[in-house]
Amino acid sequence: MSRDVQLDHVTMRFGDFTAVSDVSLDIRAGEFFSFLGPSGCGKTTILRMISGFMEPSAGAIRIGGADMAGIGPNKRPTALIFQNLALFPMMTVAENIAFGLEMRGVDRSARRKKAMELLDLIALPESADKRIDQLSGGQKQRVAIARALAVEPQVMLLDEPLSALDLKLRQHMRTELRAIQRRTGLTFIYITHDQGEALTMSDRVGVMSRGRIDQVGPSHAIYDAPATPFVATFVGENNVFAGTLTDAAGGIGHVETAAGPLRASLPEALPKGAPVLVFVRPERMRLGPGPDGLNTVTRPVSHVDFEGNFVNVALDSGGGAHGRAMLVQLPNDGRVPAFEPGSAATVSFDPGQARILPAGELAKE
Amino acid sequence: MATLNRPTGADLLMRVYLFVFFFYLLAPLAVMALATFNTSRFPTITPWLGTTTQWFVALWNDRQMWQGLSSSFIVGIAVIVVSVPIGVAAAMLLDGVHRKARTFLYAVMVSPLLTPGVIIGISTLVFWDRLGVKGGLHLAVIGQSSFIIAYVMLMVSARLQRFDRTLEEAALDLGASHTQVFAKILFPYLRPAILAGAVLAFFQSFENYNVTLFTRGTDTTLTVYIASKVRTGLTPAVNALALILITITIVFAVGYEILRRNQKAKAAA
Amino acid sequence: MSALVRRYGWPITLFMTGTTAVWLVVMVILPALVMVEYSFHPNLPVTKRGGPEDYYTLTNYAALFRGIDLTTWTFPNDFTVFIRTIWGASLVTFLSLVVCYPIAWHVAKIAPPRRAAVMILLLVIPFWINEILRTFAWYIILAYQGPLNAALLGLGILDKPVRWLSGSGGVLIGMTYAFLLFMMFPLINAIETLDTNQVEAAKDLGAPTWQIHRRIVIPHAKPGIAVGCIMVFVLAASSYIVPALLGSPGTRWFTETIYVWFFEGQDWPRGSAYAFILLTLCITFIMLVMRLFKVGLADIAK
Repeated sequence: MSRDVQLDHVTMRFGDFTAVSDVSLDIRAGEFFSFLGPSGCGKTTILRMISGFMEPSAGAIRIGGADMAGIGPNKRPTALIFQNLALFPMMTVAENIAFGLEMRGVDRSARRKKAMELLDLIALPESADKRIDQLSGGQKQRVAIARALAVEPQVMLLDEPLSALDLKLRQHMRTELRAIQRRTGLTFIYITHDQGEALTMSDRVGVMSRGRIDQVGPSHAIYDAPATPFVATFVGENNVFAGTLTDAAGGIGHVETAAGPLRASLPEALPKGAPVLVFVRPERMRLGPGPDGLNTVTRPVSHVDFEGNFVNVALDSGGGAHGRAMLVQLPNDGRVPAFEPGSAATVSFDPGQARILPAGELAKE
Repeated sequence: MATLNRPTGADLLMRVYLFVFFFYLLAPLAVMALATFNTSRFPTITPWLGTTTQWFVALWNDRQMWQGLSSSFIVGIAVIVVSVPIGVAAAMLLDGVHRKARTFLYAVMVSPLLTPGVIIGISTLVFWDRLGVKGGLHLAVIGQSSFIIAYVMLMVSARLQRFDRTLEEAALDLGASHTQVFAKILFPYLRPAILAGAVLAFFQSFENYNVTLFTRGTDTTLTVYIASKVRTGLTPAVNALALILITITIVFAVGYEILRRNQKAKAAA
Repeated sequence: MSALVRRYGWPITLFMTGTTAVWLVVMVILPALVMVEYSFHPNLPVTKRGGPEDYYTLTNYAALFRGIDLTTWTFPNDFTVFIRTIWGASLVTFLSLVVCYPIAWHVAKIAPPRRAAVMILLLVIPFWINEILRTFAWYIILAYQGPLNAALLGLGILDKPVRWLSGSGGVLIGMTYAFLLFMMFPLINAIETLDTNQVEAAKDLGAPTWQIHRRIVIPHAKPGIAVGCIMVFVLAASSYIVPALLGSPGTRWFTETIYVWFFEGQDWPRGSAYAFILLTLCITFIMLVMRLFKVGLADIAK
């Protein structure tokens, strides 16, 4: 059976509210795919439609080419890992893991055998007969994964399963999840609002906003070549300069902004006079005026955050940046000067490191 | 609250009031119990004519009492059989319907609890008479169940509200059929509330008088027997029965309280 | 319906809706409707039902009020009984509230946990004892040669025994005793949820005890008071056994009148009409209390 998941013009409405709007997407077999977006963007609704807890208002969902319309969650080749894990408190660890097999009429000894195998896989062989409330957070996590793997699904669906863990454990579980996905070769569809999770684990990321997919691509493309102002500001930090496109040639556009004229790469052809936004990441800026051909901006310093390996300098953006401060991240190479708040600082950046996008909605700060 | 230890006049008054209140609450029961042991043919403690246990013997030999007791048991068990499944179903239905429908459905479901028992009895009697069904224990079961189901529904609902619905979804997602989800997940979760509901249903049925009065036809339950005895042919044998019922109640109440505290302690540990 | 099927599947959904429908339609709604319909018929022998004499009529309702003459201040028997029932049930409700409030306050907020638990147990036991037995206890106490008269004579408070069971006093005492705990538990539950800090704060600001109760405790306990009043009033107004045991023919209760019309007068339509009037009385009281205390149905059925 093939393991690809296809969303074909999928729309979900709740009364007047459209939670998911005309989403079309092919998730490849064996891929680790993440839906990334703020809460309320529709990502959970997509997951619930794929798992079968909701039927789309319009459009089709196909798994391995087969239309899933009218097929309940208990009949789909998917397994969902819930945000709260939803482990059964009235059963032991082994009973939890073997639950899906029990429902399929597998006999007791075969169930036990499979459960023990999976407990080995998740490195909890001693915990078979423990109660769920005797496990730690990370152990519960792994039991939930084992329980889903036990039914041998084609597609694993994960609904922010790491959000309840502390930071250290969360980072550890990222690696572990990724390893399990590689080993099993299953398609993983992962829902998260945490960009770190999405970028580190995924083969491809789909960034969602207001029920639509803004951009689909591998992590580096999402970060380096955002397709919309929303993606540019939701994923990572980005400085914004609002302005008007005055000229364009050879993939480089000239933009007139409140901070002066700027040049930046222009990924799509836009008419002159179009309202645009110029984005440049804080770590792509450097201190001091650059050689000719670089954009140079001089602004008063508003405050400085010393982070150890980096020094973050916030400059007064002087309007035209949607009320946001302008941030410059400098590596602490021992040569960062002491800035006086109020004093002027000059920074520069390469036009190739900056990006022009048509004006549009930004992510909330 | 006991930071100020100086007893004031108000505190003293409160203590007296508490004493008087609990005396008022419990003394009548004690009088009733004591009267069992008086040889007087009429149940009283004044004058005390001599101590006896003859009224227990009289009660034991009273065939009507045994008849009433067995009727009460039959009705009680039948009420459990009718009320528990419907009460559970009603609670699940209420939990599953949309918010607007829920408010309305809830109002209809609890209305029998606010309806006077005599009216439930009368309406049941009149309705089934139309269908050619006369009064009797069977009608008492129907009449009692019509409001006891609401009690069971409320008990099950209370537990259902704390149920984590993702457990249901997880089981479904792992391939369980809806019926399996109920049998393996929801039912085990609801079991304590269902058991408590069954006990409550039996108790409510056992001590019901108002509904039974109108629906019993010519049959007699224990409460009907007691009421008729008190009005005609009263002897301290009735007190003997009261004493036994009170003792059972106290054992149950204390046992329940101990169980509850143990569970609380276990939950706290 | 589709949401139900999605959650529970077809077999369980059908069982749920089916049984609930049987309960609500066959056991609750239809019987009530049939009773009301019955009350608009004249009382006819079975052979004449559906015949020319069987028409809808208000006679059974009018019967309650027929014979009222305000000029001579005379009232028919059934009407007097009805008014006595309203007045008596209201009085019992009020007495229960007054008697219970200090106890509930003490159990919920003042008594240390251990003592409060014992008190609650002492309240639970009589609560679970049958209404008939609790009434019977007072029947013994109030008897002409019973312990109350004996005690009062012995203490020299009375010089001849009183016939307690021949007036309304016995009925009111017995009813208050029988139903007071239905006021107690809602009150305790309501007062228990009050944040004690509020009381401390009020005390700290110099409020006297009665003001603390008037301004803080009672407003907070409103839902409990409402529930208690509703329970006690409905139980008292529809009690049959208490007036039957502790009353005399001169202190008949409306439920007794209904019973007499049903089983001694063999006039079911009249009985049904009176039953509907009693139901209307109770619903009116419930609505009034809910409006007055601004509480919803969900607060009441707990």
